[in-house]
Amino acid sequence: MELLRGALTVAWKDVRLELRSREVIASALVFGLIVVVVFNFGLNRAPGSLAPVAPGLLWVAYAFIGVLAMNRAFTRELEHGGLDGLLLAPISRDAVFLGKMLGSLAFMLVIEAILLPVFAVMLDLPTLSPTLGLVILLATVGFATVGTFFAGIAVQTRSREILLPVLFFPVVVPVIIAAVEASALALQGGPMTAVWTRWAPLLLVFDALYLVICPWIFGFVFEG
Amino acid sequence: MAAIAGRPAGKASWQRGLRDARLWLLLITAVLMLVDGYLIFMVAPTDAVLGHVQRIFYVHVPISILSFLGFLICAVAGIGYLIRRTERWDRVAHASAEVGVVFVTLALVTGIIWARPVWNAWWQWEPRLTTTLILWFIYVAYLMIRQYAPTPQQGRTWSAVVGIIGFVDVPIVYYSVQWWQSIHPKQVIGPEAAEGALEPIMAQILVFSLVATLALFTYLLLERVALRGIEDRLSQLRREGNTD
Repeated sequence: MELLRGALTVAWKDVRLELRSREVIASALVFGLIVVVVFNFGLNRAPGSLAPVAPGLLWVAYAFIGVLAMNRAFTRELEHGGLDGLLLAPISRDAVFLGKMLGSLAFMLVIEAILLPVFAVMLDLPTLSPTLGLVILLATVGFATVGTFFAGIAVQTRSREILLPVLFFPVVVPVIIAAVEASALALQGGPMTAVWTRWAPLLLVFDALYLVICPWIFGFVFEG
Repeated sequence: MAAIAGRPAGKASWQRGLRDARLWLLLITAVLMLVDGYLIFMVAPTDAVLGHVQRIFYVHVPISILSFLGFLICAVAGIGYLIRRTERWDRVAHASAEVGVVFVTLALVTGIIWARPVWNAWWQWEPRLTTTLILWFIYVAYLMIRQYAPTPQQGRTWSAVVGIIGFVDVPIVYYSVQWWQSIHPKQVIGPEAAEGALEPIMAQILVFSLVATLALFTYLLLERVALRGIEDRLSQLRREGNTD
């Protein structure tokens, strides 16, 4: 309970900061739109024929936004010694990790929820379903867990902007594969047995594994 | 000699013994590699279907296997470092990651060269290839993080953590790509078929190749660990010089 209370305090701090400044969500939203527009030019397909590649575009955009949001979640702490304050707080490192992770998760889910209808219009996505929502939730938990962990390392280095994606993307390859395939099935609206027998369990296993490992080794990130 | 004179004699002679062992290992490796080259190009029969390009297989397979061994050593030594906090564990972890990256790069390059005439495509998004490529990315990041860390201490700890996470990730990547592949049409048949129907002489040369490459791997690893020791000693002397 002590852990959860500490985590929620840290997460609530981030949410409050965001409600006052609105810098992460606003910039990430605009960035997400730009990604879609650039893809549109890059692929140069007729309207309506983007459907086969739409799940891929959706997740590339979400993954880029995730990196952006999680980097911001930690670089914000660098100002005025916020990071030192966070580490000196009378809560365990697990709680700090879970708090930052919950904060990033909340931001990403909000951004994804706002962008999804926009994507649906711009990419001409066929249907929006609860299955897609569940897939987005599971995949975003994986993104936020691994991303928060690596952002904690990257923020302390000289080249923090490049180091986070270099560390983050290879490790979340399984999440991206599962998310794209499951979203494609959900968007087609056909039989979804593969989502339940294969991709959702894979996402669950990934999330569970990293939710155990990352808080456990997060303490090592902030020593020395 | 002044630096060595201050140390106990036992340690110096032990280190000299290790240096001699490395020299012998280098000689043995050189002989084994020469014999291996002879076996591959002069003794091994030319593959009936694939032709001469199949000979790259005797280099490619041992290199791939040993790169995985390198990353296994790296993960284990990383755990050892996080528990014991001694620089020796870190030297082994760093050295095995470097040797592993070199080997996995060579494995990818030789695989690509082989794939072009055989599969008629440089690259296939097949589970083994994709997993190997992801492994390459993770351990390149491992080496980058050591470089970018503000202090060597942080570099050691962070890279140990990345090494462990990377190793946990590899099986998940493999299964996810396998599942992903199974719903996409396969364009070519993997190398499994060729391996199943291996001539006895081919298998023997492959085993010999594996032993020769293992000798090379061990030599490079030991040499790199020793070099890391010297590097650490040098930076320590530099620090002492600066404080005077």
